[in-house]
Amino acid sequence: MNTEPSVQSMDNWPEVEATARQVLGQKICQHIEQARQLKRPESHLIAILHKVQAEFGYLAPAHLDAVAQLLQVPVATVSGVASFYHYFRLHPRGKFMINICLGTACYVKGADRVAQKLMDELGIQLGETTKDGLFSLEGCRCLGMCGLAPVLTVDGDVRAEVTPDRVASLLEEYVRKGKA
Amino acid sequence: MSAKTTKKVRLKIDGTEIAVPEGTTIMAAAEQLGVWIPRLCYHPDLSLAGSCRVCIVEVAGMDHFLAACSMPVWEGMEVRTNSPEIRQARRDIVELLLDNHPQDCQICERDGNCELQNLAYSLGVRERLFAGERKQPAIDDSSVSVVRNPEKCVLCGRCVRVCAEIQGVHNLSQHGRGFRTVVAPAHFAKMDESVCIQCGQCIIVCPTAAFLEKSSTDLVWQALSDRSKHVVVQTAPSIRAAIGEGFGMPPGTPATGKMITALRLLGFDAVFDTDFGADLTIVEEAHEFLLRLDGHGPLPMITSCSPGWINFLEKFYPALIPHASTCKSPMSMLSTLAKTYYAQQKGLDPKDIYMVAVMPCVAKKFEARRPEHRMPDGTPYTDAVLTTRELIWMIKSYGINLALLPDGQFDAPLGLASGAGDIFGTTGGVMEATLRAATRLATGKGVERIDFTEVRGVEGLRETYVALGEKSIHVAIANGLTNAKTLLDKIVKGEEKYHIVEVMACPGGCIGGGGQPYPPPGVKVLDPDLLRQRAKALYAIDASKTLRKSYENPAIEELYVSFLGMPGSPLAHELLHTSYRPRLPRGIR
Repeated sequence: MNTEPSVQSMDNWPEVEATARQVLGQKICQHIEQARQLKRPESHLIAILHKVQAEFGYLAPAHLDAVAQLLQVPVATVSGVASFYHYFRLHPRGKFMINICLGTACYVKGADRVAQKLMDELGIQLGETTKDGLFSLEGCRCLGMCGLAPVLTVDGDVRAEVTPDRVASLLEEYVRKGKA
Repeated sequence: MSAKTTKKVRLKIDGTEIAVPEGTTIMAAAEQLGVWIPRLCYHPDLSLAGSCRVCIVEVAGMDHFLAACSMPVWEGMEVRTNSPEIRQARRDIVELLLDNHPQDCQICERDGNCELQNLAYSLGVRERLFAGERKQPAIDDSSVSVVRNPEKCVLCGRCVRVCAEIQGVHNLSQHGRGFRTVVAPAHFAKMDESVCIQCGQCIIVCPTAAFLEKSSTDLVWQALSDRSKHVVVQTAPSIRAAIGEGFGMPPGTPATGKMITALRLLGFDAVFDTDFGADLTIVEEAHEFLLRLDGHGPLPMITSCSPGWINFLEKFYPALIPHASTCKSPMSMLSTLAKTYYAQQKGLDPKDIYMVAVMPCVAKKFEARRPEHRMPDGTPYTDAVLTTRELIWMIKSYGINLALLPDGQFDAPLGLASGAGDIFGTTGGVMEATLRAATRLATGKGVERIDFTEVRGVEGLRETYVALGEKSIHVAIANGLTNAKTLLDKIVKGEEKYHIVEVMACPGGCIGGGGQPYPPPGVKVLDPDLLRQRAKALYAIDASKTLRKSYENPAIEELYVSFLGMPGSPLAHELLHTSYRPRLPRGIR
């Protein structure tokens, strides 16, 4: 029978697999391989996505495609999961990550006006990144510093008692930092 | 459902006592009493979602309504399916769905056969009390076959489930969450950049117009009014078994003659039968099969008529591409001949011929656009593909009542067909037609079998052995791609040695295609009984013909004598065969 040689020649799996491995890097591929040895590999999807995000900062379509192929979970399922959870980022994050607290105490103290000012100044909505890639803006619920309300963090640095009129100079500070 | 236990549970529904097996849902128990609980996301052949809440009922002792589709009964349960409170709650639920839905019923494709519209009417929604923010995601018409309109989506998830569970494609998923949830392919990508195989089952199961075929009716109207065009139409076998449903005829009524008359009234210059193409496919395919059986090419040979299956093959099982028969589909064979053989006979310039194909299928729209199926100058052999639904609409729009028409006849020469061509439209039909031809070719004897009843049926997966001369041939048939996967994985792993395999993408074969009429009121989509009735119509047409074997078709004989030469000749290969290639994105098996 002459089936075998021609059967293999049409298969594009070697290229698809190589691309996926290249996109994710060895470390993550090893995690996926371990998961595939276990009983329900697909149940490790979220854990694997966390690792990919930790490595690359966000989940690009190419990352999700690669995870889908190597874990053999449909890519629509992978991207459905990634787009459902708040924690997963589908776009690259900016150089500086601004987290504005919209919890009750901060909100009462005017965090909504601060958030609006940030959005106006940066020209983006919550959850987005500026075109120059400098700032990402996120809203969060309570940073545990209600006494300092309204509060925001920039890359983990806490800024207390922020008012809308302080937003411009605060951003300017980081624009300078970014250039340096 | 616990199939093992036969324990009965007694309960009361609307005051009537009933005993049902343990594990039965409230909805199923109520149906046994003739009580139809309204529903939307529920479908008996798909997994339970329990997401729409339209089927809520009142249960004594519970402080909230329960979803009847997913709640199993318990001993002593007392259910009320109707009360002022339930009626009000169901109406509110549907009103809230409508609040996030366009108010454009009059200009919507589904007007008159929309489940949401029917539900709203039957529940008594007569005004729209809520007016909140509306999501307005963009229409995705990137695919030549399937248009996705998420604005009409009510998030019932039936498309997601049919795509994953029946077709094994998993192209769709709910993305995002809450108010912004959208059903879309991975990465919100366009349909033509996704793993979609264009079978159109999402269109069939959608209760609204969130999925539709891309309409070609405007193109066809335009061609019909263009005096410089010789407009030719061909109709697939399964159209005649389903078109009557669009005009109130009972499912399973053969309507070949009436359909032909209607097509003539619409103004087509010639009416051809895709069955002719099917006969030709069989002659070429039986020839190819016997060559493979002699060691020329890999076995099993897998049929290639279903374009949804071919898309699936290229995206999900590229390793099996060498197994697919190189024969073009009946549609493409007939279209090719219309612009070569027929054009020559008629003395027409192929450029002046406009070829319309009426198909039960939306993937045929994609097949027609493939570069492999074009004339040397790049014009497609098939200019436009209409689904059964589109043709029904055109006939109605023209003002023709198909049910009242006299019978017409197909035109020569591409309209003469054997019964073997007719049964192409149902699962197992291509196999049976091939076996009829192969038996003759292999044995060379005049007396041979016609009916291969062992390959008939609408079950998703069948296999058997058939005697072919002195050989015993192992054949397998799959319809619905999840069923096909079972078979294909066995082939890939080498667990099973088949000789010939028939795969049809849609449940039941073409009769259950993504372009077929929405079922009549009261009949669920994908209903096996509906499929059986349509199949019965095709077997009845086959049995009523004296000509039942493809190679005995005199028009086919004439074609070989005067034009093609022999089956498998160089000209036959150039015109009637094709090739496949792996396609990205690769699907996950």
